[in-house]
Amino acid sequence: MSDAVTPPAAVAGTGIQKRDIGIKRRYAAERRFRAYGLIAIALGILFLTALLYTVISKGYTAFQQTAISVPVTFSEKIIDPKGERAQNPQALMMANYPVLARNGLVRELGIDPKNKKLVSAAGKMLSAGSRVQLRDMVLADPSIIGKTLPVWILASGDIDSAFKGQVDLSVDQARRQVDDQQIAWMNQLAKDNILVKRFNTGLFTYGASSRAETAGVGVAIIGSLYMMGIVLVLALPIGVAASIYLEEFAPKNRWTDLIEVNINNLAAVPSIVFGLLGLAVFINFAGMPRSASLVGGLVLSLMTLPTIIIATRAALKAVPPSIRAAALGLGASRTQMVFHHVLPLAAPGVMTGTIIGLAQALGETAPLLLIGMVAFVVGVPASPMDPATALPVQIFMWANEAERAFVERTSGAIIILLGFLAVMNITAIILRRRFERRW
Amino acid sequence: MNAATTIVIVLCLAALGYVAGRLRANRVAGNVASSLHSRSGYYGAFVAIFTALPSLFVLAAWLIVSPMVINSQVFDSLPREIQALPDTDHALQMGKINSIAQGLEQLTPQDEARLKSGAVDMRSLLGEKGVAIAGEVEDYMPAAARKLSAMHSASGLYRTFVIILLAAVGLMWSWIQIKPRMRARNSVEAVIIAGLMLASSIAILTTVGIVLSMVSETYRFFTSVPPLEFFFGTVWDPRFAAAGAEDSAGQFGLIPLLAGTLYIAFVAMLVAVPIGLYAAIYMSEYAGQRLRSVVKPLLEVLAGIPTIVYGFFALTTVGPFLRDISAQIHGLAFGEVSSFIQAQSVLTAGLVMGIMLIPFVSSLSDDIITAVPQAMRDGSLGLGATHSETIRRVIFPAALPGIVGALLLTASRAIGETMIVVLAAGVAARLSLNPFEPMTTVTVKIVNQLTGDLEFTSPQTLVAFALGITLFVITLCLNFYALYIVRKYREAYE
Repeated sequence: MSDAVTPPAAVAGTGIQKRDIGIKRRYAAERRFRAYGLIAIALGILFLTALLYTVISKGYTAFQQTAISVPVTFSEKIIDPKGERAQNPQALMMANYPVLARNGLVRELGIDPKNKKLVSAAGKMLSAGSRVQLRDMVLADPSIIGKTLPVWILASGDIDSAFKGQVDLSVDQARRQVDDQQIAWMNQLAKDNILVKRFNTGLFTYGASSRAETAGVGVAIIGSLYMMGIVLVLALPIGVAASIYLEEFAPKNRWTDLIEVNINNLAAVPSIVFGLLGLAVFINFAGMPRSASLVGGLVLSLMTLPTIIIATRAALKAVPPSIRAAALGLGASRTQMVFHHVLPLAAPGVMTGTIIGLAQALGETAPLLLIGMVAFVVGVPASPMDPATALPVQIFMWANEAERAFVERTSGAIIILLGFLAVMNITAIILRRRFERRW
Repeated sequence: MNAATTIVIVLCLAALGYVAGRLRANRVAGNVASSLHSRSGYYGAFVAIFTALPSLFVLAAWLIVSPMVINSQVFDSLPREIQALPDTDHALQMGKINSIAQGLEQLTPQDEARLKSGAVDMRSLLGEKGVAIAGEVEDYMPAAARKLSAMHSASGLYRTFVIILLAAVGLMWSWIQIKPRMRARNSVEAVIIAGLMLASSIAILTTVGIVLSMVSETYRFFTSVPPLEFFFGTVWDPRFAAAGAEDSAGQFGLIPLLAGTLYIAFVAMLVAVPIGLYAAIYMSEYAGQRLRSVVKPLLEVLAGIPTIVYGFFALTTVGPFLRDISAQIHGLAFGEVSSFIQAQSVLTAGLVMGIMLIPFVSSLSDDIITAVPQAMRDGSLGLGATHSETIRRVIFPAALPGIVGALLLTASRAIGETMIVVLAAGVAARLSLNPFEPMTTVTVKIVNQLTGDLEFTSPQTLVAFALGITLFVITLCLNFYALYIVRKYREAYE
């Protein structure tokens, strides 16, 4: 391509023929160049599609979960064999509830209860989460003891994967998690509409679990919400105040220059460095609890601050000087001018910047790993001081699990995260379109 | 009374002060607004500020200072042999005494009686109350714990009294100050501007915090590992397993990590720069308004996707895909199917990181190319150059400094990127030039050393801060240089 321009001397010396050849080559180079550009754009979009396709194709099944309707007999013999529940409430806590569910399924399938091997295989089709589910039912209403009720019990993770067609049935049954007998039962139950896929509410409500079918992002969502709240409460007012000072009041001197360079630089500092800061200052020095959303929120606030400041300053700059002059001319003080006139006009820009900063903070993982949010948290955190985890951190933890059912959950969690981000960004765009003013 | 209640009381007093100040301002003005210097609300705010600000300030100082004073007093009352222990044990002992004190406060009189009669020992009794004590309760501890809680409650009592008194005095004093000629607005605005100034210095404080925290921990690290060994060592082997044993010195060589970081960043730039630049050129020079309005947001979606999602994509899709395709190629070439690209490799991590960086390169360069004055394009086209010649010979050289700046910013992002490399690059610290094998990076090792159980005295943990400050300095230099170039270039055309 380097010879695309013919030297002028050669053009003048030779005839028209030679110039035509040059032009042909130059136009070919032009077409090639345009093609490169188009290919680059196509590649970019291809990567985006591949990424989204992978996540969605792997993850959409996570929003459905296989459950089995089992007629559970709450037999007193199993729940409370010694009849001591009146004196000792602990008895109901410790009972062997999974056996109830298993017996129900065995009866449903018509298996001989004496055949230990078949009974155990049938029991493995049910999630061990049935323990908590049935226990809570009994604790809530002890009068159901002795009755038989139909209960929707989650299928185990392996059966769930098999029912969704994610298990390769051509592999020898000894080398997969579900054997042919279980598959046959599964199909039999599915035909009778006893085993069905239902919407997976557990994905949104459960906390961490070592069993895929009872693992969810409930705790992670709460943790992320706490942190977003803290970021909003801290970073928005501080960011706006800092920008107002720098844009409207600050004298032009070394100190303001230093602050400005600092903010630009902080915006480009790797996020993991903020994690180290949080670990050293908030946890080691100030003695705040590890794994708490409070510390996570503080770290993310510091990280989001530069984004909010840069956006707010741009919004303040866009307010025309005539507004300021008019306010001052009518006798407003500088503070009144800013707070009564400039800031309200800049508000849409500030909101947009804040939402984008929040979206950034919501997707951030690395600093949270360092302050111990990689925790196995089962219960919903009651306050920001309690151990919690965050949506992206939950994704990270699940990504390291090998089971097929967890890959599905990971992708499902990513879809939820991307959903949140999409909503936030679209809100920002709508705000900008609706309220942006051009002077 | 706890601090939160005190704050609420102070705020209530401040609200009261606001109302009282307004009323007094109106009264002294004889309900003629024009005879006041400021509007009556400012007098209210003046009183509220003088009520709340000094007392909240003292409260904050008290909350920080009083635990230190109490701890040192309790510590002085401990037996001599305990005081002679090394510093790390002190923290442990004080922690225990603290939790015992917490537990003792929850005991009922019956519990106290049981404790006195010796029916239960203190540790199991506190365990019942949900306060777990690590290790045995030593004989001197209950006394120290009782002293600690007594001092705490005394401090709390004094604190509440002093704070509320201060708030009341502030209210009275400022209320008396109100006169028609008093310039309440000027005082209130001075406080507001001071607040704004304080907010803007948070950025500086953050940087200072980063530098100080990392420097102090790094200094502690260098007391056990000499800096030369860290910066020029070629072996990374921190030996986690034998933590606590004397011979587990471990080797902390930065070189393999740095090499991995730079190598992966280089591969990522190889992917991102051509695609991003060509996309930016096409969009700013060739594309029509409609194509641009579709493609630009689409590429920016790539920038909005969290890096953990890219990491997952690399781990579950790109890595296995490269491994399988390399096996196919190997099979075609040599007739024997074996993959020469590993699932976790420099290539996987670099490729995916490159995808992540495309929008950074393209949107930054797009802005810079658009900023080149139209006159330069017109001149070149007018002299008979084709469009692509104009771009390559005129626009690109004119935009080059800015683009270099943009690329430096992108490179600093690539070096600091964490989640993609944690999931896709592997953890094996080694020096090699083969992009098909795993290598590891500085960020991966920071995460590795700091997740799990931490002990903040071992070099195995402290090394993370040394790595962090290395990373910080590298990206800082890149950012400064990039910002400098971008700024300088911008001035040339404005």
